[in-house]
Amino acid sequence: MTNDVNEQLEVIPQDYKYGFHDDRVNSYKAEKGLSEKVVNVISEIKGEPDWMRQFRLKALQTFYSKPDVTWGADLSTLNFQDIYYYIKPSDRSERTWEEVPNDIKNTFERLGIPEAERKYLAGVGAQYDSEVVYHKLKEDLENKGVIFLGTDQALKEHPDLFKEYFGKLIPPADNKYAALNSAVWSGGSFIYVPPGVHVDIPLQAYFRINSERMGQFERTLIIADEGSFVHYVEGCTAPTYSSESLHSAVVEIFVKRGGRVRYSTIQNWANNVYNLVTKRALCEEDATMEWVDGNLGSSVTMKYPAVILKGRGSHGEVLSIAFAGKGQHQDTGAKIIHVAPDTTSRIISKSISKDGGRASYRGLLKVLEGAFRAKSNVVCDALILDDKSRSDTYPYIEVNEKQVSIGHEATVSKINDEQLFYLMSRGIAEGEASSMIVNGFIEPLVKELPMEYAIELNRLIQLQMEGSVG
Amino acid sequence: MSKGTLEIINLHANVEGKPILKGVNLVIKPGEIHALMGPNGSGKSTLAYTIIGHPRYEITQGEVLLDGKNILELKPNERAVHGLFLAYQYPVAIPGISVANFLRSSVSAVRQYGKKTEDNSGAAEENHLIPMRDFRKELDEQMKMMGVEKSFARRSLNDGFSGGEKKRMEILQMSLLKPKYAILDETDSGLDIDALRTVSEGVNRLSGPDLGVLVITHYQRILNYIKPQFVHIFMDGRIVESGGADLALVLEDKGYEFIRQKYGLEINLAAEDKIALKEVVS
Repeated sequence: MTNDVNEQLEVIPQDYKYGFHDDRVNSYKAEKGLSEKVVNVISEIKGEPDWMRQFRLKALQTFYSKPDVTWGADLSTLNFQDIYYYIKPSDRSERTWEEVPNDIKNTFERLGIPEAERKYLAGVGAQYDSEVVYHKLKEDLENKGVIFLGTDQALKEHPDLFKEYFGKLIPPADNKYAALNSAVWSGGSFIYVPPGVHVDIPLQAYFRINSERMGQFERTLIIADEGSFVHYVEGCTAPTYSSESLHSAVVEIFVKRGGRVRYSTIQNWANNVYNLVTKRALCEEDATMEWVDGNLGSSVTMKYPAVILKGRGSHGEVLSIAFAGKGQHQDTGAKIIHVAPDTTSRIISKSISKDGGRASYRGLLKVLEGAFRAKSNVVCDALILDDKSRSDTYPYIEVNEKQVSIGHEATVSKINDEQLFYLMSRGIAEGEASSMIVNGFIEPLVKELPMEYAIELNRLIQLQMEGSVG
Repeated sequence: MSKGTLEIINLHANVEGKPILKGVNLVIKPGEIHALMGPNGSGKSTLAYTIIGHPRYEITQGEVLLDGKNILELKPNERAVHGLFLAYQYPVAIPGISVANFLRSSVSAVRQYGKKTEDNSGAAEENHLIPMRDFRKELDEQMKMMGVEKSFARRSLNDGFSGGEKKRMEILQMSLLKPKYAILDETDSGLDIDALRTVSEGVNRLSGPDLGVLVITHYQRILNYIKPQFVHIFMDGRIVESGGADLALVLEDKGYEFIRQKYGLEINLAAEDKIALKEVVS
């Protein structure tokens, strides 16, 4: 067992294997802190149309005018003036890994991205600090009219499509961090899937923060046209610095009639990253949106993927796993709004807290008047691994229609000593036995992931578990 | 003092401060089958749990030597590696862990397959596990012998299993782990005759010169299938009488009350323990 002093020194787990960073000369680094000048510089460098510059500047004013967010996790130590809002690592986004600058390429090699692309992905985007440095989609999908680009690039190449959807689902005024993202956004993915096209294997974007005190503000926009399907996966890591970094993304997804989008996240930021993300999807008639959201890293996460069930018969799902270890607060959940009749939804949330970590489930389920026969089922289970750790549940349910069926279950449990003993009596050491129980606890969600990601998630949880034992 | 024995010497243990084991002495050698019979609440299961190292039981006196080595300081998983096994009366369910994955981890640990390396990469994770193909082959064979359907491997461990399925799973584990000493805790409870026969056949198949078995039971019934050479009567936290196989028959005829009176034990027996065992079972 470690003593208390040692524990305090170990706020950042030593086994976070993505904690390395590159010492590199960036192509451009904006001055530290947030200002109108910085916003203008970003827009200038990107060579954006004037409407976007105005959008950014207006969002900045919205950001300033909004009070600090105090209803969730503690953000009081986050200093907006101590962050770099724009760091451009290289001059352009490449379509082959050979063209990506060597040190950046090596980083992604260490993260296993090019290998994953070769083995089981239909396309890959890689963002390094503020810019997308690599983007590639398989040729056959390009030929079918699928668009998979960095968001900045999409603004240039598909301005009309872009403008039709950008900021329409999550306007800057939605919340303080959406306003911040709207002012300084950079990078992210833009996806358009034409009617009836099924992208059978996942597209993945990988987000990497390299610089210290960095703010990463990617902006993702997905439009799945009628009857189409796409599975988008994002992963994220950052070096372990003593100072804080900020990741504040905005993700907007439009699922047209009969379309289906699955969006999977394995968030593994280092434990010095504030992760404050707004994600929302709009479902038309008979459309399906599925969020699979795994939060393992970061110091503070506030993220509540949302689905608005606007079209009759549409379906929304949020499956989330949060792991809060030492010094972490995962304040995560889901938001589902039933607007139309015959809409259905499912929320399954599993959280694990350990070594003084705190996991909070915060959910909103809203059924509007006229959403006849809406059906929803919410299950949130929390597993607390020791006496130092904490779990809270804040479920809000607001139903304004009588003809509905709503189920809600919540459980909080401690790791079961009899299960642990059973496994140990079969030769399995305590640490491994605990991880097995934890893996068993999240298994209903992990099985929803493609094999490669399920293995990755289990492995990350194993690492988190090992950090504590002994 | 000796190699090749499980020796329980003057073992005393408390549960929540209350003495339950009050000086147990027992020696089991490989190749031997012992039956430990006793009424409800006499401490039989406590003895089983204490031997395999449940933290709830506080040992106040005595030793347990496995092949001459005191195992009381060892963790339960280390005791398993040294060849101890308990088939539980009430195996716990662990949702989300498949039978196959659990067994692979367990078998790999008990056989000390490979050693975990410093490196935390995925490859190293796999290194301490028996290769999937070898394991599946072995598992399939054992499952077939235990009459367990293949689909069991994918189910969550003991989750939603019937009483008989749970007990069969315990014996399946025993057959894969190949312990030196196995304790069967009330393995007959909750089983119908067919299930009892299957489970007993499983145990008999495993028994031989390299395995010592301690069958803990309330009733004589299971001893019709698993034949012990030694029978011990357990009451008030210790063994009060030991004998050969015929001792179980005496018990069947005369019941625990007879033993209680014979030794003048000041304990309360449950109503069903006051009459002859054959009347209870029938």
